[in-house]
Amino acid sequence: MALLEIRDLHVGVEDREVIRGLDLNVDAGEVHAIMGPNGSGKSTLSHVIAGKLGYEITGGQILFRGENLLRMEPNERAAKGVFLGFQYPVEIPGVTTMNFLRAALNAQRKARDQQEFSTPEFLKRIREVAGSLNIPQDMLKRGVNVGFSGGEKKRNEILQMALFEPSLCILDEIDSGLDIDALRIVASGINALRSPERAMIVITHYRRLLDHVVPDVVHVMSRGRIMKSAGKELALELEASGYAQFEDAA
Amino acid sequence: MVAVQETVERVKRIDVDQYRYGFETLIDSEKAPKGLSEEIVKFISQKKNEPAWMLQWRLKAYRRWLTMTEPTWARVDYPKIDFQDLYYYAAPKPKKSVSSLDEVDPEILKTYEKLGIPLREVAMLEGVEPKPGEEDPARRKIAVDAVFDSVSVATTFKAELKKAGVIFMPISEAIREHPELVQKYLGSVVPTSDNFYATLNSAVFSDGSFVYVPPGVRCPMELSTYFRINERNTGQFERTLIIADKGSYVSYLEGCTAPQRDENQLHAAVVELVALDDAEIKYSTVQNWYPGNSEGKGGIYNFVTKRGDCRGANSKISWTQVETGSAITWKYPSCILRGDNSRGEFYSIAISNGFQQVDSGTKMIHLGKNTSSRIISKGIAAGKSQNTYRGLVTAHRKALGARNFTACDSLLIGDKCGAHTVPYIEAKNSSATFEHEATTSKISEDVLFYCIQRGLSQEEAVGLVVNGFVKQVLQKLPMEFAVEAQKLISISLDGSVG
Ligand SMILES: Nc1ncnc2c1ncn2[C@@H]1O[C@H](COP(=O)(O)OP(=O)(O)OP(=O)(O)O)[C@@H](O)[C@H]1O
Ligand SMILES: [Mg+2]
Repeated sequence: MALLEIRDLHVGVEDREVIRGLDLNVDAGEVHAIMGPNGSGKSTLSHVIAGKLGYEITGGQILFRGENLLRMEPNERAAKGVFLGFQYPVEIPGVTTMNFLRAALNAQRKARDQQEFSTPEFLKRIREVAGSLNIPQDMLKRGVNVGFSGGEKKRNEILQMALFEPSLCILDEIDSGLDIDALRIVASGINALRSPERAMIVITHYRRLLDHVVPDVVHVMSRGRIMKSAGKELALELEASGYAQFEDAA
Repeated sequence: MVAVQETVERVKRIDVDQYRYGFETLIDSEKAPKGLSEEIVKFISQKKNEPAWMLQWRLKAYRRWLTMTEPTWARVDYPKIDFQDLYYYAAPKPKKSVSSLDEVDPEILKTYEKLGIPLREVAMLEGVEPKPGEEDPARRKIAVDAVFDSVSVATTFKAELKKAGVIFMPISEAIREHPELVQKYLGSVVPTSDNFYATLNSAVFSDGSFVYVPPGVRCPMELSTYFRINERNTGQFERTLIIADKGSYVSYLEGCTAPQRDENQLHAAVVELVALDDAEIKYSTVQNWYPGNSEGKGGIYNFVTKRGDCRGANSKISWTQVETGSAITWKYPSCILRGDNSRGEFYSIAISNGFQQVDSGTKMIHLGKNTSSRIISKGIAAGKSQNTYRGLVTAHRKALGARNFTACDSLLIGDKCGAHTVPYIEAKNSSATFEHEATTSKISEDVLFYCIQRGLSQEEAVGLVVNGFVKQVLQKLPMEFAVEAQKLISISLDGSVG
């Protein structure tokens, strides 16, 4: 059984069909890259998997470990191990990153009938994770993403992913806005989490991320469909020839 | 027995004249008839065994009140109040007694539980009485324990205050025991003629707190009405007077560390604070009165006049309020910055949900030199409520170097509520520096989704965002109060997102 199985998915946004019959299978242990022109529906797909409101599912199915994901509340999906690293992480003034992460982690654990972390246990855990990602402690004391640079925001997404240890990680343009060093840190953070139990969907416009995080499969998405799927060499090919060939076919 | 004796004593004290007005029958009744008249005012004063000057004071206010009309400038809408259809005096009513906790409304129990109030206190609040020979000894112990507890707490507390020389007592007692202080300060901040509701209060006020902190004394504890919960039935027209003499400090907590249920519809309290040279008063309120039901029926009308006078140089008055209850709130805790270098602060969280209407804010009146004030207001509107911040900052001609900073932020939850900001600024000298910032934001779907994607429920997410929004003000509250307030906020916003 695939970890994630999407069958003939159709999604409408404000009376427009944005995902138009999309199929995707992701097995545990795999890293899939999704590339595709602006507006092709990549973020929409990631939002729908995570359960954001405002999208109309007009057809198809999404199964997560064989369960109907579309029936679950977004926080239920999170507790089951679905994680979305956002293209545009939001700011939450007045709520420290530390408190936010603790509340979220414990909410997930509670939903899974696991014991909630005590303050010392949590602190120990967060220090380890932050340390491995070169995230300074004082960043954790600031409001969630408030006044963070673009790169810091993205690093904060990886921090959360590392903390929650989800089984499906969807990273939407985690590389945009990162300088070369930050890209390396983020990529090594992602690689550290690669494991036979965990799958990743990495949405990106640039091959350079895929040089660090080498995917098992690369998909080309255009106008709401997967147009082509192949090995990592497809990323190189796209860089040379662009998306034009796929636009026509769609 | 005690009550009978009191009644007999009161009868003795009643002026013969009173009988002419037909109050004989009232004397041992616990309630004055509906409506307001000079006779009622006299009756109240009589019941409270007040000196003649106090009665004159009340009567003067009453006559003034007759010439006044209700203010209509606030953004609140309610059916006209018939002031002749209200009771102005009722002796403390015994609570409706409930024989066991099982009979207490489960909704109420739920609220207490959320507030983290121990059940034995619930038993006390709800007037659960142990039946004689009751089966369950544990349950029977509840009420008894609670009562004993509060008595002992109150006693140690009084002894400690006495040692420090702090006077803290019901104002009705202070009128008799410390007439010189009351006469000197009562009405000196909020004159009897101040406004419709304050004038009404001056005529008919029932009871309230009196605090005097002598020169140089730092009050050894936070003063709270909580400790007076049993003796307290100050009713609709509460009157509070706090005086911090030179170089003293006091922090006063008003209201409901425990939730108070109240059947009175109209509340018109007056609070007066006086800070002399180098003195500081910190006044915190958490108000969670009945806001009305989900259709907007019922609920308290709260028309309050709160004002502090920084009478001395270098004095400081700080208001912190968390307003979550009442159907209508009309409330502007203010500071008169009279002393040079005096400072006024106003920190407010006003939450409205359902059909609540809040019109609240502050006035900072700069009269002295180098006076400064700071206003931080956080309004949160949910449901179909309306939430208005109304503020006035003025600098007098002589208030050279006056400074004010105002930040009022509104947060909207949902799209059927409204937030409004009405700031008035008046500087009569050019050396005044006034800064004003205002923001209105909505809890965006994106923020909520971000939180929920991380595993929080919708309600936890709203609670988190709101607590972040109000943090700056919560930090100003005394510790225990802040915790209560935080819980209260999440209760008030329950079901605000559909
Ligand atoms: N809330 C919305 N309202 C209206 N249109 C929307 C909404 N969300 C997405 N769309 C439209 O759906 C299409 C797909 O958008 P989406 O954000 O999924 O693209 P994308 O592939 O992630 O693009 P990019 O590479 O620029 O991030 C676009 O045409 C976009 O304008
Ligand atoms: Mg996108």
